[in-house]
Amino acid sequence: MTSTPTSTAGTQRLGAGTIAFAIAAAIAAIGLPYTIWQVFYGTPLEEQLFFNQKIFYYHVPHAMLMFATVFVCGIASFGYLRNRKGTWDDVALAGGELSVLFGAIVLITGSVWGRAAWGVWWQWDMRLTTSLLLWLVMVGYVLVRRFGGPGSERLAAGLAVFGMVDVPLIYFSVKIWRTVHPKAEVVSTLDPAMKPTFWLSFLTIGAVLTVLLLLRVRTARAERELRELRERADDAGLLDG
Amino acid sequence: MSTPTPPEAARRAAGGAAIAPDALPGAPSDGARSARTAPVSFVRHVGAVAWKDLRVELRSREIVYTMAFFAALLVVIFSFAFVKDQGVVAEATPGIVWTTIAFAGTVGLGRAFDREREGDTMRALLLTPASRLSVFLGKSVAITVLIAAVSLVVVPLVTLLFGAPLFAHPLPLLILLVLGALGFSLVGTAFAAMLLRVRSRDVLLPVVLYPILVPMFIAGTKGTAALVADVPDLAAAWYWVQFLGIFDAAFLVVSMWTFESLVIE
Repeated sequence: MTSTPTSTAGTQRLGAGTIAFAIAAAIAAIGLPYTIWQVFYGTPLEEQLFFNQKIFYYHVPHAMLMFATVFVCGIASFGYLRNRKGTWDDVALAGGELSVLFGAIVLITGSVWGRAAWGVWWQWDMRLTTSLLLWLVMVGYVLVRRFGGPGSERLAAGLAVFGMVDVPLIYFSVKIWRTVHPKAEVVSTLDPAMKPTFWLSFLTIGAVLTVLLLLRVRTARAERELRELRERADDAGLLDG
Repeated sequence: MSTPTPPEAARRAAGGAAIAPDALPGAPSDGARSARTAPVSFVRHVGAVAWKDLRVELRSREIVYTMAFFAALLVVIFSFAFVKDQGVVAEATPGIVWTTIAFAGTVGLGRAFDREREGDTMRALLLTPASRLSVFLGKSVAITVLIAAVSLVVVPLVTLLFGAPLFAHPLPLLILLVLGALGFSLVGTAFAAMLLRVRSRDVLLPVVLYPILVPMFIAGTKGTAALVADVPDLAAAWYWVQFLGIFDAAFLVVSMWTFESLVIE
């Protein structure tokens, strides 16, 4: 019933996880201040948007990483449904929650940027709409995890798999819908001088994401193991009286 | 009112072969195998499950009447909401049709599974020799029929109240509505069945269902809008019909795969 790993396997995995965590934490700690400095002092001002374009270094990496977390959640959920190992579920939960966090950052910073670039807070642009819809799926996932009660982790895993299949469908439906009624879009070609800082920003924010992901996987595992221990203790009659 | 479900299920369980041991909950899925070896009995099982649901409904007419009345109310409320200069906004009609079908469909979906839960008949259904796949498809077919029946009320009512030319191109509209109802019931049946034993399922069903169904709503409303436009765009409408076909096929596969492993009984 309970799939508690043996102590050696547990320690090994903990070791690899700790090393990855330490590396990611170091990159994030050193990289973040340096990236912020680079964004403001190391890159040229954009020709049309000037200072407003700086949010790009924050917004776009979060958007790309949001899709990564959605796929982490989807693939881990798929794995969980296939072999019912609690570890997969921990990863799926971490990925799902972080995709909601990153999605919120993407939508808020995107809105701010849209206000500066297009003069409106929101536009039914293809990318915006796709991100919003995907975010809504992930919020649904987290709501099910939070309020579904016992047994909801399998339902949530199913939802994540459905959501993953939905991504291309959402993308194409929104794409065609917006092509039928085209609207002026700000096409920004990236200045070569901006590229290194952009990828640096991507790397550091990716490191932050890795730190958060590993932490959340660990707390999720601790929560699950505690729950399983409690169930076993309950079965053994240790919690009576 | 007593539902004829338990004797139905029991009769089929007794009359058929002995209950396959792997049809029990927790055992590995048997659906794919039995679907391969006996396609004829598979189709018969799907038909039996669908007909069981529809027969319960034909006797009580509970879901159809409440869904249809709810849908009519929604259309009336929409017509108040979209009144402009003594007239109604004609551009709103595709959205009204599809929103109404979605809301009424969710009500019907929840009720169809409440019935199984109240009679505790879902377990009986899963214990029958019929595979889980055929149970899933049978219930989906039944719900598709219910939603299609509601569309029969919604479309004429919207035509009447909004003066929209919904009957100008009946064939593409019919296909759009049927494919939309099918997609709704495929995803909806999978989620409603998964939510059967989950707390606060009434709130969670629309919360998980609507985001997944968004491409279907886009396809449905845009396809319908192309048909009722001043200059109807049939090519666009057929494009959305194809899109809905792909949507249904994709979620048919995913639902069949997940239903096996997700229904908790």
